[in-house]
Amino acid sequence: MSRIAGSSAEIAIGELRRRWVPSLSTGAAVLLGAIMPLVATAPLLPNLGFLMLITWRLVRPEIWPAQVALGFGLAADIVSGAPLGQSMLLWTLVFLGFDSLDSWLGVRDYWLDWGAAAAAILFHGLGVWYIALLMGSDTLLWIMVPQLVLSILAYPVAARLVLALDRWRLAR
Amino acid sequence: MAPPKNRRLGFSRRAHFGLFIGYVIAVGGALIAVLLLIVSIADPRGFSALRGAALDVTAPIGSAGRSVVGFFSGIGDGISNYFRAGSQNAELRGELEAARRELIRRQALEHENRRLLATLGLARATGDEVTVARIVGSTHDSPRRLATLSAGSAAGVAPGQPVRSADGLIGRVLETGRWASRVMLVTDGASNVPVRLVRDGTPALAVGRGDGTIELRTLEVGQNPFRRGDVLVTSGVGGLFPPNIPVALVTASEGDTAIARPIADPARMDFAIVQRIFQPAAAGPLELAPPQPPAPPVPGPPAAAATPHPGQQNNPRYQPALQQPQPGMIGRPGAAGPPR
Repeated sequence: MSRIAGSSAEIAIGELRRRWVPSLSTGAAVLLGAIMPLVATAPLLPNLGFLMLITWRLVRPEIWPAQVALGFGLAADIVSGAPLGQSMLLWTLVFLGFDSLDSWLGVRDYWLDWGAAAAAILFHGLGVWYIALLMGSDTLLWIMVPQLVLSILAYPVAARLVLALDRWRLAR
Repeated sequence: MAPPKNRRLGFSRRAHFGLFIGYVIAVGGALIAVLLLIVSIADPRGFSALRGAALDVTAPIGSAGRSVVGFFSGIGDGISNYFRAGSQNAELRGELEAARRELIRRQALEHENRRLLATLGLARATGDEVTVARIVGSTHDSPRRLATLSAGSAAGVAPGQPVRSADGLIGRVLETGRWASRVMLVTDGASNVPVRLVRDGTPALAVGRGDGTIELRTLEVGQNPFRRGDVLVTSGVGGLFPPNIPVALVTASEGDTAIARPIADPARMDFAIVQRIFQPAAAGPLELAPPQPPAPPVPGPPAAAATPHPGQQNNPRYQPALQQPQPGMIGRPGAAGPPR
């Protein structure tokens, strides 16, 4: 690819890519989590949409204000069969928490990012479990442990994927 | 990486205002989400139209990929079977012997059962099958155990109907779209199935634990009736599940309860049978029971048949005609019957 845009069409395409790659990749992850043709006997896989969302948020803090989590959460609730409002609430709270963490610490590195992601994943897992409990699903908390551990370990993978997407997004 | 410079907004009043409005939207949205959540919890079938439509859109993609997953999860089985061939052979031979004996006993029982039913003049209801569909996916990132079924209200599937495979009970329908529906598996934490022990008929409740196992709660206090290897079938109590569908196999017994695993493993089966609700009246709320037609006016007593006692005539609840059977009597035994 030449480094200088040859035409206004190329510039427009580049602009679209810069603008929409984060949203589209997160939306694809949400949809993939909902339609994966897999029958699981216990919660095991990470919530792909949530993982992708917080990874984009941690890698690129400036692209999204807190309220985009509302829209993604609504979409995720509708397609995944979770009670309506669950992801809207939890994801927005996580984003607000990230914002306050940013203004409180002022500085972050990779390990702090991972720690923030781990805290968000734990909070999200607990919230999902508690809402299921309110819905009448009387389960023990420890059935969530394998999934939470796997999700926390999946953050570096998601971060590399997002960084690769980000490089492609901003390439010229 | 330090947070980027442009999140620090400097002294621009407009930028600060924009950020403030963003937070107002986020917090307000979170409050709306809480409201939606409360509605969802209070009325789980509330947004059924919206959720059914989403189910329709996402299910067909799942059904296309399911065969690939079946192939991959079959590989592991094939390899372990190869290595355990010898011991498995002996094991299977023993099982076959036991099964053959059991089969003969079952045939005798079946014959006796048919004869007894005929004696009683009962006919077993046939055609209780709504449709046969594929299980195309399940939740894998939430504590709920819900599966997606590739048939919906267009095929006659309705919430509450039991879903089974040839092996045993899978669960029951939770919500339906037009071409897809969501099934609550017996391992879900909100699933309660009345069961009984095949060995001696002890009633119990099979409650899912969310991790692929089932907890069996006996209804009797005292000793634990469950032994390892016991099979439990639905008892038909409650009217939702037809009786005698295999549900669970006891794997361990601890304290007053026992842990079992479901006999029908939804991860391994391709097809599920949706059945009619065993007793349809059990599915509806109590108020929706069909109202009885008002009783026709009760004819007066034949002139000389029953002359009431003078004191009884003053009693407003006294109805002389009820002393002999009348057509209107059947309708409302509680309201118009004699005081108990």
